[in-house]
Amino acid sequence: MAYSEQVIDHYENPRNVGKMNDHDDNIGTGMVGAPACGDVMRLQIKVSEDGIIEDAKFKTYGCGSAIASSSLVTEWVKGMTLDQAQELKNTKIAEELALPPVKIHCSVLAEDAIKAAVADYKEKQAKKQ
Amino acid sequence: MMDITQNYFEFLALPVTYQLDLQALAERSRELQKTLHPDRFSHLSDRERRLSVQYTAYLNEAVSTLKNPLSRAQYLLKLEGIDTFSETQVQLDPMFLMQQMELRESLEEVAGSSDPGAEIEALQVTVDREMKSLRDEFDSYYKQSTPTALEAAAVSVRKMQFIDKLGREIEALEDQLFDE
Repeated sequence: MAYSEQVIDHYENPRNVGKMNDHDDNIGTGMVGAPACGDVMRLQIKVSEDGIIEDAKFKTYGCGSAIASSSLVTEWVKGMTLDQAQELKNTKIAEELALPPVKIHCSVLAEDAIKAAVADYKEKQAKKQ
Repeated sequence: MMDITQNYFEFLALPVTYQLDLQALAERSRELQKTLHPDRFSHLSDRERRLSVQYTAYLNEAVSTLKNPLSRAQYLLKLEGIDTFSETQVQLDPMFLMQQMELRESLEEVAGSSDPGAEIEALQVTVDREMKSLRDEFDSYYKQSTPTALEAAAVSVRKMQFIDKLGREIEALEDQLFDE
């Protein structure tokens, strides 16, 4: 199957690959996976005191579309509020990357990952209080 | 006569169980293959020959599905109405995913290590151990056969899918590093 130029670009030059300290209070971590293809994705956000996402990192073991989807999300969410990030839709990711129908689930995985990261951050904050 | 509306186990006249006797599977497969041999059909009508092609395809599908411990588990669940063959949207235990992430990170570091052979072997041991324990776990849930137990069996299968993928990646790396 042919990948779109956008996917190849993210695949060859992934943005924001890496890891942040999961134990820090201002870090939210989302871990998701897709059993059918065995893909694993970790997406982390660093949140400022006024609730803005300052930084985002990801690591994905999976196909080009899964890597590109998570790479794109880390680019997009920087500067967003938590609410904005939580409203990110997989359809926007799929559209931007021109994903074919069989690869839509990769964008869903990335959406799930950012949602999980925001939820994890909120849970940490709630525990602090 | 053979009947492709039967499930794979019935088709092969084998008991519906996860602890499948692989030797019996091979024997049954050979017997059926013999009766399906194209030479035996040369005198038959087109319709009968077409049927024999269909039977052969079904037989091959049945054998390859039941032989592999992962697809056998998936097939058993499918017979119970739980389809894990192509699901993409499921919640997974974050601790398990974390471990999968770490195993893949270790695999990524193999090529640059001082003794890649030993590193790969260690990972292979982990994969085999995890797979074995997931198979046992699946079998015990499957045998309980209550809806809750079958759902737990599906969780074991989903985990097996990740381990299986890792196993294939280890093999691929091994080929790449040592098969010059």
